[in-house]
Amino acid sequence: MNPTVERMRATFGDAIGRVALARDGLTGVVIRADALRDVMRWLRDTPGERYDYLVDVTAVEFRDRERALEMVYVLRSLERKTSLRVKVELNPQGELAVDSVTPLWAGANWLEREVYDMFGVVFAGHPDLRRILMWETYAEGYPLRKDFPLRGRFSRAEQTRQALNANPEAHYSLEELSIAESFDELPADMRERLRRGERGKIAGSE
Amino acid sequence: MKHVLETKAIAASPNYQLTRFEELVSWVLKVTHLDKPVDWAVNRSRANSLWPMPFGTACCAIEFMAAAASRFDFARFGMERQAFSPRQADVLICAGRLPFKLAPVIRRIYDQMPQPKWVISMGACASTGGIFDNYAMVQGIDTIVPVDVYVPGCPPRPEGLLYGILLLHKKIKGESLFDAVARRGEQPLDERGLRLPPDEIDEISEPFGNSVHQFRSA
Repeated sequence: MNPTVERMRATFGDAIGRVALARDGLTGVVIRADALRDVMRWLRDTPGERYDYLVDVTAVEFRDRERALEMVYVLRSLERKTSLRVKVELNPQGELAVDSVTPLWAGANWLEREVYDMFGVVFAGHPDLRRILMWETYAEGYPLRKDFPLRGRFSRAEQTRQALNANPEAHYSLEELSIAESFDELPADMRERLRRGERGKIAGSE
Repeated sequence: MKHVLETKAIAASPNYQLTRFEELVSWVLKVTHLDKPVDWAVNRSRANSLWPMPFGTACCAIEFMAAAASRFDFARFGMERQAFSPRQADVLICAGRLPFKLAPVIRRIYDQMPQPKWVISMGACASTGGIFDNYAMVQGIDTIVPVDVYVPGCPPRPEGLLYGILLLHKKIKGESLFDAVARRGEQPLDERGLRLPPDEIDEISEPFGNSVHQFRSA
């Protein structure tokens, strides 16, 4: 059992929930959702802890509908060579919202976008929360949720129609294409395509 | 049968009509009995100098690379130069699964290729969706672009791809410059942005094998 947990409990009290030692030797600790940002900052900055590396952000939804959807953060202290797994439980029937940890670890940016894309968890305070794997106008929902049918919600013809009508350039912002400064020098048709390809709105989000 | 009807419908489109000049030339060649030799020479040249545009998305692309490398070496069949630009390519080889996100990309590449152009669908995933019968994957690239040769296998061995290329040679050698229907033209997307009618896409994408036991909500 990771001794960090005792120090967490001493500092944050009842924000720290149940603790379990997983088979891979990592300690998993469930914390309350509203304390997430404070606990994570404490874990990162406290001299005795120094969990400076965010290994992974992911989510788990269980087949058992009574069980909560778990956000999982895997932390690693590079100097102390220890790891810790922090979990936050969300109600899958309710609104899936949790604070973003991107202000603490910049590397959480794309990981949280992936969780948003696949599970629909909305991260408050994320600088650029939009889909990352599916295209931005994808309207069928969140593929890794248990209520999502394997083949998607639309017919194959409708899926093909939407895919063929998608604009390949719309997946990228001007900044990502690194051509923001030279926008005025681009050919007129490309400028028009990029202008049309402004961020798509995802139905049912926000 | 459906494809015959499709061919007839396309034949009526202006892309497939011979121009007056072409009609005149073909009439002259037919009267002088030169049409067969001209076809023979043109088709032989085309078949033996195919420039492939590799569209490799998965493990099939590894076998494609093996087919291009020294042991199997499809340069023996005239595919000396791989064109990594669609503007200089004759045959699009889709090697690997195609997610819906890439569908507009392969369609644009196909549209950018000059005529005459052919498509080889390499592997089970490109041809049918393969084991990826899920929300993200195109169930056969023939719902996106017209396909000439399907190479089965998961992935096909290089010999399989070579056999597919030789079948394509056979097909090219059977084409005629003077046949307006068989003459290849653009196959533009319809007003819905689809290549095939929706019910046909659904029919092609029907699950088969073990995947029929999965459910879908709509």
